[in-house]
Amino acid sequence: MQPYLERRAARGLWASGLLDLEPFDTPPREAARKGYTLNQHVLAEIPHLADTVDDDISPRPAHPALADGEEVVRLVDLKRRFGETPALEGVSLTVRKGEILGIIGRSGAGKSTLIRCLNGLERPDSGQVYIEGREISRLGESELQPLRRRIGMIFQHFNLLSAKTVEDNVALPLKIEGRPKAERRARAAELLELVGLSVKAKAYPSSLSGGQKQRVGIARALAAGPALLLSDEATSALDPETTRSILALLKDINQRFGLTILLITHEMEVIRSIADRVAVIDAGRIVEEGPVWSVFADPQSEITQSLLGGIRPQLPADIAEKLSPVPGKEAILRVDVAGDAARRPLLSELAAAVPGRFRLIHGGIDHVQGEPVGSLFLGVVAKDGQVAKTLDFLTARNARAKVLGYV
Amino acid sequence: MSEVMLQLLLRSLWETVLMTAASGLISLVAGLPLGLALIATERGGIAENLWVNRILAAIINGFRSVPFIILLVALIPVTRLIVGTSIGTWAAIVPLSIAATPYYARIAEVSLREVDRGLIEAARAMGGNRWTIIREVLVPEALPGIVAGFTVTLVTLVGASAMAGAIGAGGLGDLAIRYGYQRFETTVMIAVVAVLIVLVCGIQWLGDRLVAQLDHRT
Repeated sequence: MQPYLERRAARGLWASGLLDLEPFDTPPREAARKGYTLNQHVLAEIPHLADTVDDDISPRPAHPALADGEEVVRLVDLKRRFGETPALEGVSLTVRKGEILGIIGRSGAGKSTLIRCLNGLERPDSGQVYIEGREISRLGESELQPLRRRIGMIFQHFNLLSAKTVEDNVALPLKIEGRPKAERRARAAELLELVGLSVKAKAYPSSLSGGQKQRVGIARALAAGPALLLSDEATSALDPETTRSILALLKDINQRFGLTILLITHEMEVIRSIADRVAVIDAGRIVEEGPVWSVFADPQSEITQSLLGGIRPQLPADIAEKLSPVPGKEAILRVDVAGDAARRPLLSELAAAVPGRFRLIHGGIDHVQGEPVGSLFLGVVAKDGQVAKTLDFLTARNARAKVLGYV
Repeated sequence: MSEVMLQLLLRSLWETVLMTAASGLISLVAGLPLGLALIATERGGIAENLWVNRILAAIINGFRSVPFIILLVALIPVTRLIVGTSIGTWAAIVPLSIAATPYYARIAEVSLREVDRGLIEAARAMGGNRWTIIREVLVPEALPGIVAGFTVTLVTLVGASAMAGAIGAGGLGDLAIRYGYQRFETTVMIAVVAVLIVLVCGIQWLGDRLVAQLDHRT
């Protein structure tokens, strides 16, 4: 696999005309500051990329495109209702070139309607949709067709054509564009190599596993060289292991070709694994938006906290049951830390600064986009003002601490 | 069974095959587009037009509700206009086709409706137009059903062609009625039924094999 990728990296898929995209264009100096070199990315093994979650430990600020990247998508006050049921109630959003924006929400929150407004499969009742600066929400079907070729899409249920071979599925967008057969075959072969499925070119989709089907879906979405990839719950029908490998593939494509990706999901794990920025949608509105690590570190809305529930440390149930608001022997503290505060030796400093005993009940420091984000549950002996001193100390160190109750 | 009877049986078989094949082909060529039109113009279809849909449906239902034997007679002026005569094998092909086309259109419609809407959405997301969706998605994905439905139509036509004897079209059914039934020649009756069984089984077997080859859905 590696020699192929090195060759690919030297020549570049973009140079071979496979993708009409600029290469991953992080300047060397910036790349070095971010703790990785281009080579490390390029050499990543495609079909079975290492879990990106583990890779994220190296310090790395938000994606370079975040700073001043040009807009690929801009949504302005998008509204859409189906009969009496509102699906979108004024959504404004920007997706910048090269970033992965994750939109998360419960089912029925309006995610699907939102993503379908971006390629005109759904029309907003009001508001504007700009794709690469062009307003598309009022365009007719025939004007939308060439535009949709700039936007790839992958689906929860893959939506591969059962009557066509894998190769013909991948080549379909090119066939629609009217490209000659030889070119279609060559590109399909290259794309299938990219997603690690060359051996299945002549197979029919029904003989593939779910993960393989989604790889074909990704290859197909990339065939016409899109500027934007829309992912509609692309991993929701897959098991956790396959999900990780598909997400790793998407991240790899994003980093190597600078492909902008907008994905919708109901799983925070997906956001955590690959998104640069997250927008939380609830009842047709964006309730929270920001870099993934900062939203994870300090979720503002109730819905975000609830969606994060599954992947953030929670107070163990047996202690939560015994918790009482009446001061008792031991105070239970919840401490949230992120960024620089979490890089410090916080607990040993606490032990040195505040006399008395405390115990770590549960929690730890996680790494999201290379930023440490953690939640700790501490049990602090409630006497001699130790609880107040602990709170003061932690607050002074930019950790958010509060007393949950006493046991 | 005499040499003459055998000759008659062979000629009747040829007439039945001719009527079935010709009207089957016409119903395929006319019925499939009609089925596509029904699917395309229905609510949420790729070319939604409820008025066109209602009118098409009404015409199809109208033809389908007329008993074939009545249609056979009622269409005599039309047959004369098209074929030049209202009697004989070729003349029977006109009412047979006109009866089979709406029947097949409904069968094709059912197969086409079973195509996953997600596939149509995927083709639209790729920038495909209506024609692309029909050519690359609807027809290829529904093809096993379209072929299976065509097999059913052919078998139905074999049966319907027996009635075409009423306008002097000949065929196996006609032979069975005139010789087997009216002249009490039981051997002819048995022979005709045996030939029909073989014919129908053959059509069904071919159809099933073709479907198995085309079907990649599982």
